[in-house]
Amino acid sequence: MKLIGKALKFEDNISTDLIIPGRYFHLRTDLQELAKHVLEDADPDLAKKVQKGDFVVAGKNFGMGSSREHAAIVIKLTGVSAVLAKSFARIFYRNAVNIGLPVLELDTNGIDEGNELEVDLSRGIVFNKTKKFEMRVKPLPKVMVNILEDGGLVAHIKKHRDFKLD
Amino acid sequence: MGKTIAEKILSEHSNKDAYANDIVVANIDIAFVQDGTGPLTIQELQKLGKEEVFNSNRTMLFIDHAAPSPREELSNAHSILRNFAKKTGVRLYEIGAGISHQILIEDHVNPGEVIVGADSHTCTSGAMGAFATGMGSTDIAIAMALGKTWFRVPETFRINIDGKLSRGVYSKDLMLHFIGIIKADGATYKSLEFAGETIENMIMSERLTLANMAVETGAKTGLIASDKKTKQFLEQQGRGNRFKTIRSDEDAIYERNIDIDASNIVPMVSAPYAVDNVKTVEKVTGIKVDQVFIGTCTNGRLEDLRVVAEYLKGKKKHVDTRLIVAPASRTVYFQAIKEGIIQILVEAGALIFPPGCGACVGIHGGILGNNEVCLSTQNRNFKGRMGNPRGEIYLCSPATAAISAIKGEITDPRERI
Ligand code: SF4
Repeated sequence: MKLIGKALKFEDNISTDLIIPGRYFHLRTDLQELAKHVLEDADPDLAKKVQKGDFVVAGKNFGMGSSREHAAIVIKLTGVSAVLAKSFARIFYRNAVNIGLPVLELDTNGIDEGNELEVDLSRGIVFNKTKKFEMRVKPLPKVMVNILEDGGLVAHIKKHRDFKLD
Repeated sequence: MGKTIAEKILSEHSNKDAYANDIVVANIDIAFVQDGTGPLTIQELQKLGKEEVFNSNRTMLFIDHAAPSPREELSNAHSILRNFAKKTGVRLYEIGAGISHQILIEDHVNPGEVIVGADSHTCTSGAMGAFATGMGSTDIAIAMALGKTWFRVPETFRINIDGKLSRGVYSKDLMLHFIGIIKADGATYKSLEFAGETIENMIMSERLTLANMAVETGAKTGLIASDKKTKQFLEQQGRGNRFKTIRSDEDAIYERNIDIDASNIVPMVSAPYAVDNVKTVEKVTGIKVDQVFIGTCTNGRLEDLRVVAEYLKGKKKHVDTRLIVAPASRTVYFQAIKEGIIQILVEAGALIFPPGCGACVGIHGGILGNNEVCLSTQNRNFKGRMGNPRGEIYLCSPATAAISAIKGEITDPRERI
Protein backbone atom coordinates (compact mmCIF):
# COMPACT_ATOMS: atom_id res chain seq x y z
CA MET A 1 0.00 0.00 0.00
CA LYS A 2 1.31 3.44 -0.93
CA LEU A 3 0.52 6.56 1.06
CA ILE A 4 1.06 10.05 -0.32
CA GLY A 5 0.97 13.32 1.59
CA LYS A 6 2.97 16.19 2.99
CA ALA A 7 5.11 16.31 6.10
CA LEU A 8 4.04 18.16 9.24
CA LYS A 9 7.25 18.50 11.19
CA PHE A 10 7.69 18.28 14.98
CA GLU A 11 10.66 18.19 17.32
CA ASP A 12 12.05 15.58 19.73
CA ASN A 13 10.19 14.34 22.82
CA ILE A 14 6.62 15.16 21.81
CA SER A 15 4.74 14.02 24.91
CA THR A 16 1.22 12.65 25.07
CA ASP A 17 0.47 15.72 27.20
CA LEU A 18 1.28 17.78 24.07
CA ILE A 19 -0.74 15.51 21.77
CA ILE A 20 -3.86 15.63 23.93
CA PRO A 21 -3.47 17.97 26.91
CA GLY A 22 -4.90 16.98 30.30
CA ARG A 23 -7.17 20.01 30.24
CA TYR A 24 -9.23 18.16 27.59
CA PHE A 25 -9.44 15.00 29.70
CA HIS A 26 -13.23 15.24 29.68
CA LEU A 27 -13.27 14.99 25.86
CA ARG A 28 -11.87 11.49 25.87
CA THR A 29 -15.38 10.16 25.37
CA ASP A 30 -15.91 12.63 22.45
CA LEU A 31 -12.90 11.92 20.27
CA GLN A 32 -14.08 13.96 17.24
CA GLU A 33 -14.14 17.02 19.48
CA LEU A 34 -10.82 16.07 21.10
CA ALA A 35 -9.25 15.75 17.64
CA LYS A 36 -9.78 19.51 17.12
CA HIS A 37 -7.11 20.07 19.79
CA VAL A 38 -4.58 17.53 18.57
CA LEU A 39 -1.00 18.67 19.23
CA GLU A 40 -2.26 22.19 19.84
CA ASP A 41 0.36 23.01 22.47
CA ALA A 42 3.12 22.03 20.00
CA ASP A 43 1.55 23.74 16.97
CA PRO A 44 -1.63 25.77 17.65
CA ASP A 45 -2.64 25.75 13.95
CA LEU A 46 -2.22 22.06 13.33
CA ALA A 47 -5.87 21.03 13.38
CA LYS A 48 -6.55 23.73 10.76
CA LYS A 49 -3.71 22.93 8.42
CA VAL A 50 -3.69 19.13 8.49
CA GLN A 51 -5.04 17.51 5.32
CA LYS A 52 -6.14 13.96 4.76
CA GLY A 53 -3.15 11.76 4.06
CA ASP A 54 -0.53 14.03 5.70
CA PHE A 55 2.28 12.60 7.79
CA VAL A 56 3.32 13.65 11.27
CA VAL A 57 7.13 13.68 11.10
CA ALA A 58 9.06 14.03 14.35
CA GLY A 59 12.41 13.63 16.04
CA LYS A 60 13.18 11.09 18.72
CA ASN A 61 10.95 9.67 21.48
CA PHE A 62 7.59 10.58 19.91
CA GLY A 63 4.62 9.94 22.21
CA MET A 64 6.54 9.85 25.48
CA GLY A 65 4.63 9.89 28.74
CA SER A 66 1.19 8.63 29.50
CA SER A 67 -0.52 5.49 28.23
CA ARG A 68 -3.51 7.39 26.81
CA GLU A 69 -4.32 5.58 23.59
CA HIS A 70 -6.60 8.47 22.69
CA ALA A 71 -3.40 10.25 21.59
CA ALA A 72 -2.88 7.80 18.74
CA ILE A 73 -6.59 7.72 17.93
CA VAL A 74 -6.98 11.49 17.52
CA ILE A 75 -3.92 11.67 15.28
CA LYS A 76 -5.58 9.06 13.07
CA LEU A 77 -8.95 10.83 13.25
CA THR A 78 -7.49 14.04 11.80
CA GLY A 79 -6.68 12.08 8.64
CA VAL A 80 -2.94 11.66 9.28
CA SER A 81 -1.94 8.47 7.48
CA ALA A 82 1.23 7.60 9.43
CA VAL A 83 3.66 8.94 12.01
CA LEU A 84 7.35 8.99 11.07
CA ALA A 85 9.92 9.52 13.82
CA LYS A 86 13.53 8.79 14.75
CA SER A 87 12.19 6.75 17.66
CA PHE A 88 8.95 6.22 19.57
CA ALA A 89 8.03 5.82 23.21
CA ARG A 90 7.02 2.20 23.62
CA ILE A 91 3.44 2.55 24.86
CA PHE A 92 2.55 4.98 22.07
CA TYR A 93 4.16 2.66 19.53
CA ARG A 94 2.05 -0.31 20.59
CA ASN A 95 -1.09 1.82 20.86
CA ALA A 96 -0.67 3.17 17.33
CA VAL A 97 -0.33 -0.31 15.86
CA ASN A 98 -3.26 -1.58 17.95
CA ILE A 99 -5.59 1.06 16.51
CA GLY A 100 -4.23 0.70 12.98
CA LEU A 101 -2.07 3.84 12.70
CA PRO A 102 1.24 3.03 10.96
CA VAL A 103 4.33 4.16 12.86
CA LEU A 104 7.60 4.27 10.96
CA GLU A 105 11.00 4.50 12.57
CA LEU A 106 13.66 6.13 10.42
CA ASP A 107 16.09 9.05 10.36
CA THR A 108 13.77 12.01 9.81
CA ASN A 109 16.51 14.66 9.56
CA GLY A 110 16.19 14.77 5.76
CA ILE A 111 12.50 15.64 5.86
CA ASP A 112 11.41 19.29 6.15
CA GLU A 113 8.00 20.79 6.89
CA GLY A 114 5.84 20.60 3.78
CA ASN A 115 7.95 18.02 1.90
CA GLU A 116 5.88 15.69 -0.28
CA LEU A 117 6.37 12.08 0.81
CA GLU A 118 5.42 8.76 -0.68
CA VAL A 119 5.39 5.84 1.77
CA ASP A 120 5.42 2.23 0.65
CA LEU A 121 4.27 0.41 3.78
CA SER A 122 4.78 -3.16 2.60
CA ARG A 123 8.31 -2.53 1.34
CA GLY A 124 9.20 -0.22 4.23
CA ILE A 125 10.38 2.64 2.04
CA VAL A 126 9.83 6.38 2.33
CA PHE A 127 10.45 8.45 -0.81
CA ASN A 128 10.90 12.20 -0.34
CA LYS A 129 9.37 13.52 -3.58
CA THR A 130 10.42 17.11 -2.90
CA LYS A 131 14.07 16.28 -2.35
CA LYS A 132 14.11 13.13 -4.47
CA PHE A 133 15.65 10.53 -2.20
CA GLU A 134 14.64 7.28 -0.61
CA MET A 135 14.90 6.05 2.99
CA ARG A 136 14.46 2.67 4.60
CA VAL A 137 12.20 2.10 7.59
CA LYS A 138 13.21 -0.06 10.56
CA PRO A 139 11.07 -3.21 10.28
CA LEU A 140 8.34 -3.97 12.86
CA PRO A 141 8.20 -7.31 14.71
CA LYS A 142 6.05 -9.79 12.77
CA VAL A 143 3.26 -9.76 15.36
CA MET A 144 2.87 -5.99 14.86
CA VAL A 145 2.83 -6.34 11.08
CA ASN A 146 0.04 -8.91 11.47
CA ILE A 147 -1.94 -6.62 13.79
CA LEU A 148 -1.59 -3.67 11.38
CA GLU A 149 -2.56 -5.79 8.39
CA ASP A 150 -5.64 -7.08 10.19
CA GLY A 151 -6.69 -3.48 10.87
CA GLY A 152 -5.82 -3.28 14.56
CA LEU A 153 -5.64 -5.51 17.62
CA VAL A 154 -9.34 -6.16 18.18
CA ALA A 155 -9.78 -7.25 14.55
CA HIS A 156 -6.61 -9.34 14.85
CA ILE A 157 -7.90 -11.22 17.90
CA LYS A 158 -11.36 -11.64 16.35
CA LYS A 159 -9.72 -13.23 13.33
CA HIS A 160 -7.16 -15.49 15.02
CA ARG A 161 -8.65 -15.86 18.54
CA ASP A 162 -5.10 -15.36 19.81
CA PHE A 163 -1.92 -13.43 19.00
CA LYS A 164 -0.35 -14.54 15.75
CA LEU A 165 3.39 -14.23 16.29
CA ASP A 166 4.65 -15.50 12.93
CA MET B 1 22.61 -19.30 30.45
CA GLY B 2 21.74 -17.03 33.35
CA LYS B 3 18.64 -14.86 33.36
CA THR B 4 17.69 -11.36 34.39
CA ILE B 5 14.58 -10.78 36.52
CA ALA B 6 12.58 -9.86 33.41
CA GLU B 7 13.73 -12.99 31.55
CA LYS B 8 12.87 -15.19 34.53
CA ILE B 9 9.37 -13.86 35.07
CA LEU B 10 8.48 -13.82 31.39
CA SER B 11 9.88 -17.34 30.88
CA GLU B 12 7.78 -18.66 33.69
CA HIS B 13 4.63 -16.95 32.43
CA SER B 14 5.09 -18.08 28.83
CA ASN B 15 6.35 -21.62 29.50
CA LYS B 16 9.33 -20.86 27.30
CA ASP B 17 13.02 -20.45 27.86
CA ALA B 18 12.88 -16.77 26.99
CA TYR B 19 15.72 -14.31 26.62
CA ALA B 20 16.03 -10.65 25.64
CA ASN B 21 14.56 -9.83 22.23
CA ASP B 22 12.35 -12.95 22.09
CA ILE B 23 8.67 -12.35 21.45
CA VAL B 24 6.49 -14.27 23.89
CA VAL B 25 2.84 -14.56 24.80
CA ALA B 26 2.74 -14.46 28.59
CA ASN B 27 -0.04 -15.16 31.06
CA ILE B 28 -0.84 -12.18 33.23
CA ASP B 29 -1.73 -12.06 36.90
CA ILE B 30 -3.37 -8.64 37.16
CA ALA B 31 -4.94 -6.32 34.58
CA PHE B 32 -6.35 -2.92 35.47
CA VAL B 33 -7.49 0.42 34.10
CA GLN B 34 -8.16 3.86 35.55
CA ASP B 35 -10.91 6.36 34.80
CA GLY B 36 -8.99 8.05 31.98
CA THR B 37 -8.25 4.86 30.06
CA GLY B 38 -11.01 2.49 31.27
CA PRO B 39 -14.02 3.61 29.21
CA LEU B 40 -12.08 2.95 25.99
CA THR B 41 -10.98 -0.47 27.28
CA ILE B 42 -14.60 -1.38 27.97
CA GLN B 43 -15.66 -0.17 24.52
CA GLU B 44 -13.00 -2.37 22.88
CA LEU B 45 -13.99 -5.37 25.00
CA GLN B 46 -17.54 -4.92 23.81
CA LYS B 47 -16.35 -4.82 20.18
CA LEU B 48 -14.82 -8.19 20.88
CA GLY B 49 -18.24 -9.32 22.10
CA LYS B 50 -16.88 -9.96 25.59
CA GLU B 51 -18.77 -9.32 28.78
CA GLU B 52 -16.55 -11.36 31.08
CA VAL B 53 -12.90 -11.10 32.05
CA PHE B 54 -10.20 -13.73 32.58
CA ASN B 55 -10.37 -13.45 36.36
CA SER B 56 -12.67 -10.99 38.09
CA ASN B 57 -10.66 -11.09 41.33
CA ARG B 58 -7.55 -9.90 39.56
CA THR B 59 -9.11 -7.37 37.20
CA MET B 60 -9.55 -3.92 38.65
CA LEU B 61 -10.98 -0.54 37.79
CA PHE B 62 -9.73 2.54 39.63
CA ILE B 63 -11.44 5.92 39.72
CA ASP B 64 -8.43 7.98 40.74
CA HIS B 65 -7.66 10.60 38.08
CA ALA B 66 -10.80 12.70 38.32
CA ALA B 67 -11.91 11.77 41.79
CA PRO B 68 -14.39 13.17 42.61
CA SER B 69 -15.58 14.13 39.13
CA PRO B 70 -15.39 17.85 38.34
CA ARG B 71 -17.69 17.74 35.28
CA GLU B 72 -20.55 15.85 33.70
CA GLU B 73 -18.54 14.24 30.89
CA LEU B 74 -16.27 12.65 33.47
CA SER B 75 -19.18 11.62 35.70
CA ASN B 76 -20.61 9.82 32.68
CA ALA B 77 -17.27 8.14 32.03
CA HIS B 78 -17.27 6.98 35.65
CA SER B 79 -20.76 5.53 35.18
CA ILE B 80 -19.40 3.35 32.36
CA LEU B 81 -16.86 1.88 34.78
CA ARG B 82 -19.41 1.38 37.56
CA ASN B 83 -21.86 -0.39 35.24
CA PHE B 84 -19.14 -2.64 33.89
CA ALA B 85 -18.07 -3.58 37.41
CA LYS B 86 -21.66 -4.47 38.34
CA LYS B 87 -22.08 -6.61 35.24
CA THR B 88 -18.78 -8.47 35.41
CA GLY B 89 -18.05 -8.56 39.13
CA VAL B 90 -14.58 -7.03 38.72
CA ARG B 91 -13.25 -4.86 41.55
CA LEU B 92 -14.01 -1.19 41.34
CA TYR B 93 -12.10 1.22 43.54
CA GLU B 94 -14.30 4.25 44.05
CA ILE B 95 -13.37 7.91 44.42
CA GLY B 96 -11.38 8.43 47.59
CA ALA B 97 -9.83 4.95 47.64
CA GLY B 98 -6.62 6.34 46.16
CA ILE B 99 -4.22 5.93 43.26
CA SER B 100 -4.22 2.61 41.40
CA HIS B 101 -0.49 1.95 41.82
CA GLN B 102 -0.59 2.54 45.57
CA ILE B 103 -3.64 0.31 46.12
CA LEU B 104 -2.11 -2.44 43.99
CA ILE B 105 0.96 -2.44 46.20
CA GLU B 106 -1.06 -2.34 49.40
CA ASP B 107 -3.55 -5.06 48.46
CA HIS B 108 -2.62 -7.13 45.42
CA VAL B 109 0.86 -7.37 43.91
CA ASN B 110 3.21 -10.24 44.78
CA PRO B 111 6.78 -10.98 43.68
CA GLY B 112 7.14 -12.87 40.40
CA GLU B 113 3.79 -11.77 38.97
CA VAL B 114 3.04 -10.09 35.65
CA ILE B 115 1.01 -6.91 36.06
CA VAL B 116 -0.38 -4.92 33.13
CA GLY B 117 -2.31 -1.69 33.49
CA ALA B 118 -3.67 1.05 31.28
CA ASP B 119 -1.54 3.63 32.99
CA SER B 120 2.08 4.38 32.22
CA HIS B 121 3.18 4.25 35.87
CA THR B 122 2.17 0.60 36.20
CA CYS B 123 5.94 0.04 36.41
CA THR B 124 5.68 1.14 40.08
CA SER B 125 4.93 -2.45 41.12
CA GLY B 126 8.32 -3.50 39.76
CA ALA B 127 9.68 -2.53 43.18
CA MET B 128 8.00 -5.69 44.50
CA GLY B 129 9.88 -7.93 42.07
CA ALA B 130 6.89 -8.14 39.72
CA PHE B 131 7.13 -7.59 35.96
CA ALA B 132 4.81 -4.60 35.73
CA THR B 133 4.29 -2.45 32.68
CA GLY B 134 1.88 0.15 31.31
CA MET B 135 -0.05 -0.29 28.08
CA GLY B 136 -2.89 1.36 26.22
CA SER B 137 -6.61 0.69 26.54
CA THR B 138 -6.90 -1.84 23.70
CA ASP B 139 -3.94 -3.92 24.88
CA ILE B 140 -5.52 -4.08 28.32
CA ALA B 141 -8.92 -4.96 26.87
CA ILE B 142 -7.36 -7.98 25.18
CA ALA B 143 -5.34 -8.86 28.29
CA MET B 144 -8.52 -8.74 30.38
CA ALA B 145 -10.36 -10.93 27.89
CA LEU B 146 -7.66 -13.54 27.27
CA GLY B 147 -5.62 -13.40 30.49
CA LYS B 148 -2.47 -13.00 28.42
CA THR B 149 -0.61 -10.56 26.20
CA TRP B 150 2.44 -10.50 23.95
CA PHE B 151 5.77 -9.03 24.99
CA ARG B 152 9.14 -8.48 23.47
CA VAL B 153 11.42 -9.63 26.29
CA PRO B 154 13.42 -6.51 27.16
CA GLU B 155 17.16 -6.21 27.47
CA THR B 156 18.19 -5.11 30.95
CA PHE B 157 20.19 -2.17 32.25
CA ARG B 158 21.56 -3.01 35.67
CA ILE B 159 21.96 0.02 37.91
CA ASN B 160 24.32 -0.77 40.77
CA ILE B 161 23.92 1.74 43.56
CA ASP B 162 26.23 1.70 46.55
CA GLY B 163 26.86 4.10 49.40
CA LYS B 164 24.64 5.87 51.87
CA LEU B 165 22.39 8.76 50.90
CA SER B 166 23.30 11.90 52.87
CA ARG B 167 20.86 13.48 55.30
CA GLY B 168 18.21 15.47 53.44
CA VAL B 169 18.72 13.38 50.30
CA TYR B 170 16.09 10.79 49.33
CA SER B 171 15.38 8.10 46.76
CA LYS B 172 13.60 10.76 44.66
CA ASP B 173 16.86 12.72 44.40
CA LEU B 174 18.66 9.52 43.43
CA MET B 175 16.13 8.81 40.70
CA LEU B 176 16.24 12.37 39.32
CA HIS B 177 20.03 12.13 39.28
CA PHE B 178 19.81 8.85 37.36
CA ILE B 179 17.29 10.26 34.85
CA GLY B 180 19.64 13.19 34.31
CA ILE B 181 22.35 10.73 33.28
CA ILE B 182 20.29 8.33 31.19
CA LYS B 183 17.84 10.89 29.70
CA ALA B 184 14.16 10.61 28.78
CA ASP B 185 14.66 8.05 26.02
CA GLY B 186 17.91 6.48 27.23
CA ALA B 187 16.27 3.22 28.30
CA THR B 188 13.44 2.95 25.75
CA TYR B 189 12.10 -0.66 25.63
CA LYS B 190 14.57 -1.76 28.32
CA SER B 191 14.06 -3.22 31.74
CA LEU B 192 15.86 -1.41 34.56
CA GLU B 193 17.14 -3.50 37.46
CA PHE B 194 18.05 -1.46 40.52
CA ALA B 195 20.51 -3.30 42.75
CA GLY B 196 23.32 -2.77 45.24
CA GLU B 197 23.77 -1.93 48.88
CA THR B 198 21.76 1.31 48.74
CA ILE B 199 18.72 -0.51 47.34
CA GLU B 200 19.04 -3.37 49.83
CA ASN B 201 18.85 -0.84 52.64
CA MET B 202 15.80 0.93 51.27
CA ILE B 203 12.32 0.24 52.60
CA MET B 204 9.51 -0.47 50.13
CA SER B 205 8.25 3.10 50.01
CA GLU B 206 11.65 4.38 48.83
CA ARG B 207 11.97 1.58 46.28
CA LEU B 208 8.56 2.39 44.86
CA THR B 209 9.68 5.93 44.04
CA LEU B 210 12.50 4.52 41.87
CA ALA B 211 10.39 1.95 40.05
CA ASN B 212 7.61 4.50 39.54
CA MET B 213 9.84 6.78 37.47
CA ALA B 214 11.38 4.02 35.32
CA VAL B 215 9.00 5.01 32.53
CA GLU B 216 10.51 8.51 32.61
CA THR B 217 13.60 7.01 30.96
CA GLY B 218 11.48 5.20 28.36
CA ALA B 219 11.88 1.86 30.17
CA LYS B 220 9.26 -0.86 30.02
CA THR B 221 9.64 -1.70 33.69
CA GLY B 222 11.83 -0.92 36.70
CA LEU B 223 12.61 -4.01 38.74
CA ILE B 224 14.02 -4.68 42.18
CA ALA B 225 14.82 -8.19 43.43
CA SER B 226 12.52 -9.38 46.20
CA ASP B 227 14.30 -9.78 49.53
CA LYS B 228 13.93 -9.43 53.31
CA LYS B 229 12.43 -5.97 52.95
CA THR B 230 9.88 -7.21 50.43
CA LYS B 231 8.97 -10.02 52.78
CA GLN B 232 8.57 -7.62 55.70
CA PHE B 233 6.32 -5.42 53.61
CA LEU B 234 4.15 -8.32 52.50
CA GLU B 235 3.84 -9.56 56.08
CA GLN B 236 2.78 -6.12 57.21
CA GLN B 237 0.10 -6.16 54.49
CA GLY B 238 -1.10 -9.61 55.57
CA ARG B 239 0.27 -11.44 52.51
CA GLY B 240 3.50 -12.83 53.96
CA ASN B 241 2.61 -16.22 52.48
CA ARG B 242 2.85 -14.78 48.97
CA PHE B 243 6.54 -13.98 49.32
CA LYS B 244 8.87 -15.58 46.84
CA THR B 245 12.49 -14.80 46.05
CA ILE B 246 12.92 -13.28 42.62
CA ARG B 247 16.36 -12.15 41.59
CA SER B 248 18.62 -12.27 38.57
CA ASP B 249 21.21 -15.02 38.15
CA GLU B 250 24.89 -14.28 38.80
CA ASP B 251 25.67 -14.90 35.14
CA ALA B 252 22.71 -12.98 33.69
CA ILE B 253 23.55 -10.83 30.70
CA TYR B 254 22.97 -7.10 30.97
CA GLU B 255 23.02 -4.75 28.03
CA ARG B 256 24.54 -2.09 30.25
CA ASN B 257 25.88 -1.77 33.78
CA ILE B 258 25.63 1.64 35.37
CA ASP B 259 27.32 2.37 38.69
CA ILE B 260 26.14 5.13 40.99
CA ASP B 261 27.69 6.26 44.24
CA ALA B 262 24.75 7.34 46.38
CA SER B 263 26.89 9.19 48.89
CA ASN B 264 27.70 11.87 46.28
CA ILE B 265 24.11 12.70 45.47
CA VAL B 266 22.63 16.04 46.55
CA PRO B 267 19.01 17.30 46.47
CA MET B 268 17.84 17.53 42.86
CA VAL B 269 15.00 18.99 40.80
CA SER B 270 13.73 18.50 37.27
CA ALA B 271 13.25 21.92 35.73
CA PRO B 272 10.56 22.74 33.12
CA TYR B 273 9.58 21.20 30.70
CA ALA B 274 11.38 17.85 30.81
CA VAL B 275 11.96 15.27 33.51
CA ASP B 276 15.55 14.87 32.29
CA ASN B 277 16.23 18.60 32.62
CA VAL B 278 17.80 17.83 35.97
CA LYS B 279 19.60 20.38 38.15
CA THR B 280 20.82 20.46 41.71
CA VAL B 281 18.53 22.31 44.09
CA GLU B 282 21.47 24.62 44.77
CA LYS B 283 21.37 25.85 41.15
CA VAL B 284 17.69 26.85 41.35
CA THR B 285 17.57 28.04 44.95
CA GLY B 286 15.56 31.21 45.38
CA ILE B 287 13.08 30.69 42.53
CA LYS B 288 9.72 31.91 43.81
CA VAL B 289 7.09 29.18 44.17
CA ASP B 290 3.37 29.87 43.77
CA GLN B 291 2.20 26.36 44.56
CA VAL B 292 3.65 23.31 46.24
CA PHE B 293 2.01 19.96 45.55
CA ILE B 294 2.85 16.93 47.68
CA GLY B 295 1.38 13.58 46.72
CA THR B 296 1.03 11.20 43.71
CA CYS B 297 2.09 7.63 43.02
CA THR B 298 5.69 8.81 43.22
CA ASN B 299 5.74 10.43 46.65
CA GLY B 300 2.35 10.45 48.32
CA ARG B 301 3.00 7.65 50.79
CA LEU B 302 2.96 7.71 54.58
CA GLU B 303 6.76 7.81 54.79
CA ASP B 304 6.73 10.89 52.51
CA LEU B 305 4.11 12.63 54.60
CA ARG B 306 6.10 11.90 57.76
CA VAL B 307 9.09 13.72 56.27
CA VAL B 308 6.90 16.63 55.26
CA ALA B 309 5.37 16.83 58.74
CA GLU B 310 8.83 16.92 60.29
CA TYR B 311 9.59 20.08 58.35
CA LEU B 312 6.19 21.70 58.81
CA LYS B 313 5.66 20.96 62.50
CA GLY B 314 4.95 24.22 64.31
CA LYS B 315 5.67 26.23 61.14
CA LYS B 316 3.49 28.02 58.62
CA LYS B 317 3.65 27.83 54.88
CA HIS B 318 4.72 31.05 53.14
CA VAL B 319 1.87 33.52 52.72
CA ASP B 320 2.33 33.70 48.91
CA THR B 321 2.60 29.97 48.38
CA ARG B 322 -0.34 27.58 48.18
CA LEU B 323 0.28 24.15 49.68
CA ILE B 324 -1.72 21.15 48.46
CA VAL B 325 -1.29 17.65 49.85
CA ALA B 326 -2.99 14.54 48.44
CA PRO B 327 -2.39 11.24 50.27
CA ALA B 328 -1.83 8.39 47.81
CA SER B 329 -4.55 6.19 49.29
CA ARG B 330 -7.24 6.09 51.95
CA THR B 331 -5.00 3.85 54.03
CA VAL B 332 -2.21 6.42 53.85
CA TYR B 333 -4.69 9.18 54.72
CA PHE B 334 -6.13 7.31 57.67
CA GLN B 335 -2.71 6.44 59.07
CA ALA B 336 -1.59 10.05 58.62
CA ILE B 337 -4.60 11.16 60.66
CA LYS B 338 -3.80 8.68 63.41
CA GLU B 339 -0.19 9.83 63.57
CA GLY B 340 -1.22 13.48 63.83
CA ILE B 341 0.42 14.31 60.50
CA ILE B 342 -2.72 15.73 58.93
CA GLN B 343 -3.20 18.08 61.88
CA ILE B 344 0.37 19.37 61.52
CA LEU B 345 -0.14 19.94 57.81
CA VAL B 346 -3.47 21.72 58.20
CA GLU B 347 -2.07 23.91 60.97
CA ALA B 348 0.78 24.83 58.64
CA GLY B 349 -1.77 26.04 56.11
CA ALA B 350 -1.98 23.02 53.80
CA LEU B 351 -5.08 22.11 51.85
CA ILE B 352 -5.70 18.34 51.98
CA PHE B 353 -7.07 16.83 48.76
CA PRO B 354 -8.91 13.52 48.68
CA PRO B 355 -6.70 10.48 48.15
CA GLY B 356 -6.05 10.10 44.40
CA CYS B 357 -4.07 11.73 41.64
CA GLY B 358 -4.93 15.19 42.93
CA ALA B 359 -3.33 18.05 41.05
CA CYS B 360 -0.88 15.83 39.14
CA VAL B 361 -2.55 15.74 35.78
CA GLY B 362 -4.44 19.03 35.57
CA ILE B 363 -7.97 17.70 35.61
CA HIS B 364 -9.72 18.85 38.70
CA GLY B 365 -7.83 21.07 41.05
CA GLY B 366 -4.58 22.87 41.59
CA ILE B 367 -4.42 24.06 37.98
CA LEU B 368 -1.67 26.61 37.51
CA GLY B 369 -2.17 30.20 36.36
CA ASN B 370 -0.10 31.73 33.56
CA ASN B 371 3.58 31.99 34.45
CA GLU B 372 3.02 30.39 37.82
CA VAL B 373 5.63 28.05 39.24
CA CYS B 374 4.74 24.82 40.98
CA LEU B 375 7.12 22.64 42.94
CA SER B 376 5.77 19.10 43.00
CA THR B 377 6.68 15.65 44.27
CA GLN B 378 5.13 14.07 41.15
CA ASN B 379 6.93 12.39 38.27
CA ARG B 380 6.26 14.60 35.23
CA ASN B 381 6.68 18.27 34.40
CA PHE B 382 5.77 18.28 30.71
CA LYS B 383 4.31 21.41 29.22
CA GLY B 384 0.61 21.49 30.09
CA ARG B 385 0.88 18.70 32.64
CA MET B 386 -0.93 20.54 35.44
CA GLY B 387 -3.60 21.91 33.15
CA ASN B 388 -1.89 25.02 31.77
CA PRO B 389 0.91 25.05 29.18
CA ARG B 390 1.94 28.48 30.50
CA GLY B 391 2.61 27.14 33.99
CA GLU B 392 5.99 25.77 35.05
CA ILE B 393 6.57 22.62 37.10
CA TYR B 394 9.71 21.65 39.02
CA LEU B 395 9.91 18.10 40.39
CA CYS B 396 11.55 17.36 43.73
CA SER B 397 11.53 15.23 46.89
CA PRO B 398 8.95 15.69 49.66
CA ALA B 399 11.63 17.28 51.86
CA THR B 400 12.52 19.90 49.25
CA ALA B 401 8.82 20.54 48.67
CA ALA B 402 8.12 20.99 52.39
CA ILE B 403 10.92 23.42 53.19
CA SER B 404 10.25 25.39 50.01
CA ALA B 405 6.59 25.76 51.01
CA ILE B 406 7.76 27.43 54.22
CA LYS B 407 10.25 29.69 52.50
CA GLY B 408 8.08 30.48 49.47
CA GLU B 409 11.02 29.78 47.18
CA ILE B 410 13.01 26.73 46.14
CA THR B 411 15.17 25.86 49.14
CA ASP B 412 17.74 23.18 49.91
CA PRO B 413 16.24 20.78 52.49
CA ARG B 414 19.64 20.33 54.13
CA GLU B 415 19.49 23.96 55.23
CA ARG B 416 17.47 23.19 58.32
CA ILE B 417 19.00 19.88 59.29
S1 SF4 C 1 -0.60 10.38 40.52
FE1 SF4 C 1 -0.09 11.34 38.57
S2 SF4 C 1 1.39 10.03 37.61
FE2 SF4 C 1 0.45 8.84 39.26
S3 SF4 C 1 -1.23 7.72 38.29
FE3 SF4 C 1 -2.07 9.64 39.04
S4 SF4 C 1 -1.93 11.08 37.29
FE4 SF4 C 1 -0.58 9.33 36.86
